[in-house]
Amino acid sequence: MTSMNTYEIIIVGGGPAGLAAAIEAHKGGSQNILVLERDRELGGILMQCIHNGFGLHIFKEELTGPEYAERFIREMESLGIEYRLDTMVLELRDDRTVDIISSQHGFETLQAKAVVLAMGCRERARGAINIPGTRPAGIYSAGAAQRFVNMEGLMVGKRVVVLGSGDIGLIMARRMTLEGAKVLAVAEILPYSGGLTRNIVQCLDDYDIPLYLSHTITNIEGRDRVEGVTIAKVDATRQPIPGTEIHYDCDTLLLSVGLIPENELSKSAGIRLDPVTGGPVVNECMETSVAGIFACGNVVQVHDLVDWVTEEARKAGHHAARFAQGRLKEGSPDLVTRAGHGIRYVVPHTIRVGNLELEVDLMMRVTEPCKNKNLVVRHGETLVKKVRKAHLTPGEMESIKIPVEKLRGLSGELNVCLEEVAHEA
Amino acid sequence: MKRELICIVCPMGCHCSIEADATAPKGYTFSGLTCKRGEDYAIKEITEPTRMLTSTIRIEGARLPRLPVRTSSAIPKERIYECMGMINALKVTGPVSMGQVLIKDLFGTGVNLIASRSL
Repeated sequence: MTSMNTYEIIIVGGGPAGLAAAIEAHKGGSQNILVLERDRELGGILMQCIHNGFGLHIFKEELTGPEYAERFIREMESLGIEYRLDTMVLELRDDRTVDIISSQHGFETLQAKAVVLAMGCRERARGAINIPGTRPAGIYSAGAAQRFVNMEGLMVGKRVVVLGSGDIGLIMARRMTLEGAKVLAVAEILPYSGGLTRNIVQCLDDYDIPLYLSHTITNIEGRDRVEGVTIAKVDATRQPIPGTEIHYDCDTLLLSVGLIPENELSKSAGIRLDPVTGGPVVNECMETSVAGIFACGNVVQVHDLVDWVTEEARKAGHHAARFAQGRLKEGSPDLVTRAGHGIRYVVPHTIRVGNLELEVDLMMRVTEPCKNKNLVVRHGETLVKKVRKAHLTPGEMESIKIPVEKLRGLSGELNVCLEEVAHEA
Repeated sequence: MKRELICIVCPMGCHCSIEADATAPKGYTFSGLTCKRGEDYAIKEITEPTRMLTSTIRIEGARLPRLPVRTSSAIPKERIYECMGMINALKVTGPVSMGQVLIKDLFGTGVNLIASRSL
């Protein structure tokens, strides 16, 4: 039997993005909010990220993942915002109806005035990166291993090789070492690590774990369980160089090879996605191409800091409340942002200047590490904003705030690019 | 003795070296650093390095089998494995609330081991 329940705002996902969006929508005057979470508790991926380093920007202190989450969970509960656990959203439609299922309530269809997508991202798996070799047990994505070790209390292996030097891979190399495993090496196919320098120092150097840049895995051995892996140096085209192989006897391989925004629901609603970010194309209010459906956090773009997820989610929740109250100006955008030289992508993709309250916050990543450049926003030839950057890397998201006064009356493209710093005479 | 370090004060990640030098203002000479904050980091890192430690302990009478814990502030780096031994020997019964002290005054440093979530 199908029942129809109506909410002002439905939020899909109870992780950091969903929690902040719900709280901000409530502060914006929405009374009837529902957060849907498929896991057994709120908090999302933060609950397994037991290391510290969260909250430096939002709380001005260093918290662990569960501590950061608990502050938001407490606030949401104190506001009386309704949420459902163990509840899976099956389908989302462009009329803002969602089909959900849970063992407690069965199948239901809900209607919302506004929807906020906060589904986060998932890990790229072995199948997506074509590693040769056998298919034994003992190959885990770093996040899956993190959940086993930190939440279930299960150790995943004794001798470990990590492929990929993103932050999760580095954090897990340290974590496995502290729990008594021997981490033999971290291999990274790129000539630089995508992880924070601080994690290279405190997770690898502290424990004498070698990092092999420009290296990848060329073989996995073992029939039932991993028995060994071979890594090799790669050339500029990322092809393994014969004769550079290093073999490790190990029982475990952890993969930390990238995160992908989880957008099956977005697709079911016909929401336009950006092929570069893998997330929805959004406007200045974090609204997707379908009116009244907003998105925030890692479902839009994979963030490196949860603090920025919170900021983005607050924006989405705030504007979702405005939409539900009929206070958002719909219509075609005045400006389209474009990623120019040296920039991989820019979020948001479009801007309706009339909806900006104070400023627009453009977020972006560079294509490769570089030093001492100007990060520049131009409208045609006109300079809108210029920020000098001593250090830029793809692993660290950059942002530029542009006050609304600078954008009034503009239309067409806003081009974000890197430019050389002019030598002063 | 000369030590090679990577500074982690800011995202620049300067590769630097530090060497004791009684004639220098801070007692050390530096190379490769681009700011003063890096000098203080390098001195601390070679004289008394400290680290935050986070891990999990066994918990009974709770919804989940593991409780995440952390040191209330950084502890001497050379004590990390010793502290892990204490953490691994520890078992608590729920409910536990976030911030609750589980071990007081680790190694006489005044640093406590605390629960990093309620469970």
